[in-house]
Amino acid sequence: MGTSQVASALAMIEDSLYEEFTGLTFPGVFAMLAHQYADKYSIPLPVLKERMARVAVKNHYHGTMNPLAQFQKEITVEKVLNSPMVCDPLQVLDCCPISDGAAAVVLASREIAEKKVAKPIKVLGVGQGNGRPLSRQKDFTVMRARLFSSSQAYKMAGIEPRHVDVVELHDCFTIAEIVASECLGFFEFGKGSLAAELGETRLGGGIPINPSGGLKSKGHPVGATGCAQVYEIAKQLREECGPRQVEGARIGMTDTLGGTGTVVVNIILGR
Amino acid sequence: MYKLTHVQYFEALKENILKGLKCLDCGTITVPPKATCDECGSTNQEVTQLSGEGAIRTFTVIRVAPEGFKAPYVVVLAQLREGPWLTGLLDAPEPESVTMELIGKKVKMGHQVVEHMKYTSGPGVVPLFSLVDLNGEAR
Repeated sequence: MGTSQVASALAMIEDSLYEEFTGLTFPGVFAMLAHQYADKYSIPLPVLKERMARVAVKNHYHGTMNPLAQFQKEITVEKVLNSPMVCDPLQVLDCCPISDGAAAVVLASREIAEKKVAKPIKVLGVGQGNGRPLSRQKDFTVMRARLFSSSQAYKMAGIEPRHVDVVELHDCFTIAEIVASECLGFFEFGKGSLAAELGETRLGGGIPINPSGGLKSKGHPVGATGCAQVYEIAKQLREECGPRQVEGARIGMTDTLGGTGTVVVNIILGR
Repeated sequence: MYKLTHVQYFEALKENILKGLKCLDCGTITVPPKATCDECGSTNQEVTQLSGEGAIRTFTVIRVAPEGFKAPYVVVLAQLREGPWLTGLLDAPEPESVTMELIGKKVKMGHQVVEHMKYTSGPGVVPLFSLVDLNGEAR
């Protein structure tokens, strides 16, 4: 499939009657989110753009340590900011690739899992939330689906965001990682981009985000992405991640988004 | 059951008339139309006509377009005077040179018929916003 055909296919995630006819693309949705974010928090666009670029740089850096990542090479802020514009303000390197890939998870009762594997991973909490089409969400810098989903998962697990050691979240675009990191409770609303700039979300930072390289660098095989996030967290909690291992990770979380924030699923896993 | 179908909504848009649904329980206006109120979920709604006036809340310039669309063009989310937000196109003479200054600018709604989509069961009609100058005239 060519670029325009893929853009058409992916645009089908929008409201088919009232949004798709505008020619709004998937990157276009998150581009509008970036502009809304810059406006809402009064962050000059060039400042936000550089912070967004740092998310891409960080995830590519993580990807160099993942032998299964689609892109295993580092990029620079300059390279991101000089890449072709897809839809303002998102440039090619603000966007995840379209990937082929597969992942699998074996689920079993605790009793069986403990008999069969040396390091079984426990599902501590799950949550799912739904949102509305884009225009009905109005301010989508705070996605209702994600607030609902994550609070459900935290409640079930009996933990708070500060207890999470490692996260795989839905960085389909650099701005998507920033808003997700706030909505999941790791940073205050409006502070996620600064946290990215300060390296809080890098390996070794306060809350390492997307050690696998994320959708951005590991790749985004749409249907397999959520499962692949669970795979990475399970490997992290088993301390099997080699150079990209988050030291002493005991609790990990996944965050998977669908559509224009139409659905979010969160899973909290523990040793 | 539907007080305002998408066909009726599109037909009105073709006349540059924006129709929505006013909730008789909570007063919220739901547009584009759907069977339940966006705020409270009530089906107790009546058809109402909106001003089609509002302000841009966010935007993007699409430079890599889906099949059948010709880039560049500007897509906006506008907040209508009556409260709801609406996704539409912006009539921008130079789409490539729009900036963040667009946010907050007043707009007035017209329409554009979109016939060139491959996987839909028929044409659609989208709001086409124009910037409004200080005298309230679309330019």
